[in-house]
Amino acid sequence: MDAGIHSIDCDIHPSIPGTKALMPYLEEHWRDHLSFRGIDDVELTYNAYRNPFSCRPDWRPPSGKPGGDPSQVLEQALDAFGASIGILNPLWGGPVVYADDMAFALCHAANDWIAATWLDRDPRLRASMLVPFESPELAAEEIEHRARDPRFVQVLLLAMTEAPLGRRHYWPIYRAAARAGLPIAIHAGTGYRNPPTGIGWPSTYVEDYAAQTGGFQTQVLSLMTEGVLTKFPELKVVLVESGVAWLTSFLWRLNKTWRGVRIEVPWIKEAPAEILRRSLRMTIQPLNAPKGEEQVRRMLDHIGGDHMLLFSTDYPHWHFDGGDAMPPGLPAALHRKIRLDNPLETYSRLTETLQ
Amino acid sequence: MARFVVAKVGEIPRGEQKVVRVKGREILLLNVDDEYAALLNRCPHEGAKLLCGARVGLLESDEPGRFSYTRQGEFLRCPWHGWEFEIRTGQSWCDPKDTRIKNYDVKIEPGESLAKGPYVAESFPVHVEDSYIVIYL
Amino acid sequence: MSDTAKREVAVASAQKLGLFDADIHPVPKSGTEIRSYLAPDWHGHFDHYREFQRKPFANANSYPRAVRALSRRDSWPPGGGLPGSDLEFMREQHLDPYNIECGVLQVLDPVGNKLRHPGFAAAMCSAINDWQALAWAEPEPRLKGSIIVPQEDTRAAIREIERLGRSPLFRQIMISPRSEEPLGRPRYWPIYEAAEALGISVTLHVGGENGFPVTPAGHPSFFFEQRESHVPAAEAVLTSLILEGVIERFPRLRVITVEAGGIGWVPALSWRLDHCWERMGGEIPQVRKPPSSYLRSNFWFSSQPIDEPEKPEHLREVFDWVGWDRILFATDYPHWDFDDPKYAVKFAMTPAEQQMFFRDNARTAFGLQ
Repeated sequence: MDAGIHSIDCDIHPSIPGTKALMPYLEEHWRDHLSFRGIDDVELTYNAYRNPFSCRPDWRPPSGKPGGDPSQVLEQALDAFGASIGILNPLWGGPVVYADDMAFALCHAANDWIAATWLDRDPRLRASMLVPFESPELAAEEIEHRARDPRFVQVLLLAMTEAPLGRRHYWPIYRAAARAGLPIAIHAGTGYRNPPTGIGWPSTYVEDYAAQTGGFQTQVLSLMTEGVLTKFPELKVVLVESGVAWLTSFLWRLNKTWRGVRIEVPWIKEAPAEILRRSLRMTIQPLNAPKGEEQVRRMLDHIGGDHMLLFSTDYPHWHFDGGDAMPPGLPAALHRKIRLDNPLETYSRLTETLQ
Repeated sequence: MARFVVAKVGEIPRGEQKVVRVKGREILLLNVDDEYAALLNRCPHEGAKLLCGARVGLLESDEPGRFSYTRQGEFLRCPWHGWEFEIRTGQSWCDPKDTRIKNYDVKIEPGESLAKGPYVAESFPVHVEDSYIVIYL
Repeated sequence: MSDTAKREVAVASAQKLGLFDADIHPVPKSGTEIRSYLAPDWHGHFDHYREFQRKPFANANSYPRAVRALSRRDSWPPGGGLPGSDLEFMREQHLDPYNIECGVLQVLDPVGNKLRHPGFAAAMCSAINDWQALAWAEPEPRLKGSIIVPQEDTRAAIREIERLGRSPLFRQIMISPRSEEPLGRPRYWPIYEAAEALGISVTLHVGGENGFPVTPAGHPSFFFEQRESHVPAAEAVLTSLILEGVIERFPRLRVITVEAGGIGWVPALSWRLDHCWERMGGEIPQVRKPPSSYLRSNFWFSSQPIDEPEKPEHLREVFDWVGWDRILFATDYPHWDFDDPKYAVKFAMTPAEQQMFFRDNARTAFGLQ
């Protein structure tokens, strides 16, 4: 391993400024189309960037979207935390545009733009690829195309989708990802194809944010019950900005329920917790943990897998202040593993491109 | 180890089961294709009496959407939480290493050999011309 | 002392204790028993339209259950009828052997509050309540009814609460967490106001179909997933009640979750909500304290189906995190995922802890002391 690599940030958010920036990467008919109809941007409502939570106060630029200026991001997210590598996760509405072909065109162009504007600029940067995941065949096409660029290290999906991600019509995505050796990243977020809770529409943004764990639980359980994780055993699923603590009792419940209703899913042949500990990875911001090292240690003991945790700042989202991105309470003995060993084990492409 | 004569062969039809009492224990005697198994009538999970459990086969799958159902009647599904147990071993299908129903040695023996004793048969007479189900405890 | 031996001691004293069971499910003897409690004006509706809810199947749940009638296979009354339909058999199989001091009836079937027709929903709720009183709580004083309310029609709900809220036969108001809107939204506040004024509790027993997909990512395939979706639904309800300021507004309100996937999710929810509140409190100025503090003062959680961690002592740590005074024992009799008080908890409790868990916390939560 390269002795100079000591920390990998698995969740940094660059912002996509809008469709104008993507014009050079779009076919002519889309350029005219977007311009004629005034489709200047499709920022996710969920990613509402004026919300104080969306950007730490000292990172907020004087105007515009946080995370928009590559030199600022390189300085604040990589240099400041000593990151040797940073993985960019653009949160943007292109993937959830209803019209399949437009969603595909926007994702394709956004990936080109990320490569040219960010990845070409600094060799420390890597990115997740945007795909029109509600149109799985087109998503698979983009994965196959984009996988040729080794700087794209995973496929980005959202925690709330039109249908649970394990359902079979999504499988072209996993087939393509598995073939390319790419993990699937599921990031907090939604295109609001469904209410953000099973009990309808809450009143506030903060409730939608809190409810993301329900989305993550849904997707993980669906990928498990439908057999995606057993059909594609090498596929890693990275939960990004998911919070971590909810996983504890989730694993217990799945083990228990499986014993009683196994006949629904007989392709599940081992305890769900074992399958999930093998397949899942989680970024550490936010940890949503109790206060104090002893309490955090207990929570990690309940989860039963230090190998699952990946270092992240979640820049520019405001989870912590100051210069230490490790959530308080995480035992120092785990820091190296979380910063380096686990990310390298999760993303085989990182090792490939470092050599 | 003492021999307890608990039933006459033919008394429990194939695929059925009954509870017998031996030394204060409730034991479930099950006929699986005319072989017999003896299990404690108590689920190791939360203590349900297993007599009401469903006799089922084994559902397996090589991959999502494919089903293979074999060994009809060789498994017992707990009447409460539905956990499946292999009758011959008492082992939980999902957790065979750590979860099992206590089981007992059971044999079919001719009345002729039983007549030589010693054995315990509290509730009925043993005739030399019949065969009996015997639990070793 | 080995864990097993400790458990045996715990069993012995728990048996003497007299248990409070927060979740018992009665059902009518037949599909039409409830008709005799229904106002005659609605008999025609009952005969022709009683299945009309927001779900695909008239005579099955959207996600068919794990077992027939959702019930233990040993709970079918020997005299016939559905599990939970025979009071005498319930006494014999459940109330007597477990020494149940008080059991709270949670009525899931027949359905009243989820009917789409508002007038019929209100009439059915009244009929179900009268049936609980006359067929169960009057003949068996150990059983207490739940006031079922047409929760989407708040004025009708309040009428029902006013009608029965002072009756000693009822201990609480039962609301389906799968409502038309998150339960913290203002349209539901009159229900909490009435509950607080009468000093009776509100229980949220999982279930009911509101027409929304059960997950925020659409309709899953399996009962396995639908069952697990009760946890995010419960989390969303509690989030809504706290962040909309319901507890600030009605500080003496007591809310009890029942059968919401055990209790293991409660600590993680409280840590997450506190983090959200620290950052986005500006959006919810009505919330004046960290959300976890409301969870510790106004909410109780029933234990069934109890969490079964790979290491049993982890459940003790969960009790520590949730708070020993917040957790109520429940069996869910006669349903298939029944918890037996003798064996459900796989770690050793002290006698004082048992007394809280099996009895005293419920007395407080249901306002009996």
